[in-house]
Amino acid sequence: MNKGRVLAVLLGGATILLITIGTLWPSKSARVYAGANGFLQSAATPEDAVRNLGEQLRQGAWQRAYDGLANKTQFTEQKFLYDLMGYYPNLRTYATVDKYDVRPLRSSATEAEVQLKIYWATVVGAEPDTRVLRVVKNGDQWQPEWPLEKQTVLPPQVIPVNYLRWDVIYRGAGDDWGAQDVEAPHVRIIDMHPVERASGVVILGELLNEDVVPAAVGVNATLLSKKDKSPIATEGSFDKISHLLLPKQVTPFLISFPNVSLSDVGSIRMTPMSNLVAASADPVIEIQDEKLNPVPDPSVTGQLTNQSGQIVNVAHVLGTFYDKSGNVVWVADQYIDQALLPQTPVPFNIPIPEDLARKVSTERTVVATYVAGGARG
Amino acid sequence: MKCAWTVVMGCGVWAAPFAFPQSLTLPRTVEAGSAFSIPSSGSGKATLYIVGLGQVLKREVDLGQTVSIAQGSLYSAGHYVTVLERESSAAESGSLDVVPAGTAADITFLARPSRLPVGIHGGITGAAYVFDSYHNLITKPTQISFELSSPKGTKQTRTVATRYGAAWTEMDSTEQQGADRFVARIGDVSSTRVIGQVPGDPCSLKMSAKPAGQQIQLQTDPVRDCSGNAVPDGTIVTFTETYNGGESTVDVPLKRGIAEVKMPSRPGARISVASGVVLGNEIRWEK
Repeated sequence: MNKGRVLAVLLGGATILLITIGTLWPSKSARVYAGANGFLQSAATPEDAVRNLGEQLRQGAWQRAYDGLANKTQFTEQKFLYDLMGYYPNLRTYATVDKYDVRPLRSSATEAEVQLKIYWATVVGAEPDTRVLRVVKNGDQWQPEWPLEKQTVLPPQVIPVNYLRWDVIYRGAGDDWGAQDVEAPHVRIIDMHPVERASGVVILGELLNEDVVPAAVGVNATLLSKKDKSPIATEGSFDKISHLLLPKQVTPFLISFPNVSLSDVGSIRMTPMSNLVAASADPVIEIQDEKLNPVPDPSVTGQLTNQSGQIVNVAHVLGTFYDKSGNVVWVADQYIDQALLPQTPVPFNIPIPEDLARKVSTERTVVATYVAGGARG
Repeated sequence: MKCAWTVVMGCGVWAAPFAFPQSLTLPRTVEAGSAFSIPSSGSGKATLYIVGLGQVLKREVDLGQTVSIAQGSLYSAGHYVTVLERESSAAESGSLDVVPAGTAADITFLARPSRLPVGIHGGITGAAYVFDSYHNLITKPTQISFELSSPKGTKQTRTVATRYGAAWTEMDSTEQQGADRFVARIGDVSSTRVIGQVPGDPCSLKMSAKPAGQQIQLQTDPVRDCSGNAVPDGTIVTFTETYNGGESTVDVPLKRGIAEVKMPSRPGARISVASGVVLGNEIRWEK
């Protein structure tokens, strides 16, 4: 009984002691969660100053971030925000800063250059934005200057557009069971190729809309066991496909099966899906200056130019990579995190896995676009 | 409740001939919807039940008189049990079959597909089901005529006898695009469906190029399929310009039968055109 009482007193005392220590000398992360100034520190070095800016952006403390800039008199806080998130609605409009990286580039006694890589957490994954900041010394503190990028502003104008649009009238609920309905678009898989990767099995291929009407498409694949033909797994192409195909348009697709070995797979059942949907042939996107860049940094780069009068809010670029025999060896994609304004080129860069880059002989790029209030691919 | 009633009726239809003496004088078959009569004997009051899976009739009867079933009263085809329940003596029973009316009044016509490319052999199928005016499937063999006619007047005709109330046929899509009329007909009764025949893949896709300032103006000839039909507007045509290690691509929809685009002018560039899996000509730009 006495021993129990002693133990209780000891535990109580230890708890009070730990609470006191935690309150008087809290850890850095505890201070952040308690609502203190985060991981901000004294801007005694150029990297610290940029790190403070990155932290303020991560916290969404836009005003504090703006107030801490050395060149804030050159632009308003609103322009700073437009520069960060875009003037027109785009992928970053509803995104937050997930993390950031700081890398010093050069430094002198009074000024320095530091690279700030901001990772935006968007609905389609992390979208990095890299800026090189000039950092200047004011007294004993360093202050970053924000490299404001010149925003393209569209002059007021009227652009006549007369591209086709397809609308659909389906059969009514009161129709006889024998009454006709509109036929679903005819789509065809024109290439399919399973590949073994470290992460599992990947199925690559291309889908063609061979009809004269637009099609909302998707592809599912089921892996069947070599032993007893039983299904191993079923997966869909998800966003590694252009979901809207106009007549005679081709999209690549990629379907991932994590943690599956190709040696266990006996056969693959492919299921292309298509639905007739209302769509527009507008906007037309030109892909200019496409270039296959070799190792050590293999990628396909180029520029997208919106040839229409409509502002494209989100563009999804899909690259199909072929070997010398014309077989698909890889499919990769990139979302453009800024709106495509009419006649304004926007660069893109789709990385290619290094081990596959040597096999790539040619490539083909398609763009799916999403416009606020509608979509088209 | 409805389900239970159906079960009871179903059991009744099959069990009744064994449960009651069979002495009613009934017609063996009755055409759906036609009038008929059932004679009765004796005196007093009775109740007549005519019970089938699709329909039940009940009539109060003065025994000794003939019971008349008016036209249009018994119309659902099937096997029926008839029971005459007397007030003072044992019930009498019998059975009769209601058969579909001999004249077709309606055709349900399934035509597939509603849209297909031109020149497909056996690409169109039609299935027809023949019904009388009370929507009973007419199972007696009946000749149905199928006719597919194009806007230019070309006709394909087949005559098929129904089997168990249904008949089907196959037709070829013609060489010309347009809305074909597909008709299934029995006598004066017909049902029409529209089959959209659309152009096939582009054939001999050809483009030309001319300078336009710092750019090249690329334009296809009017795009047609191998039967000469104009490929519809909105069809995607892909232009690809390949130059020193670089490439420019643009997917352009056909507009008024042609696709046109301006691309950067680069001396020595090779420009190709394609639509779907069909490749067109290639141009080498030297200017």
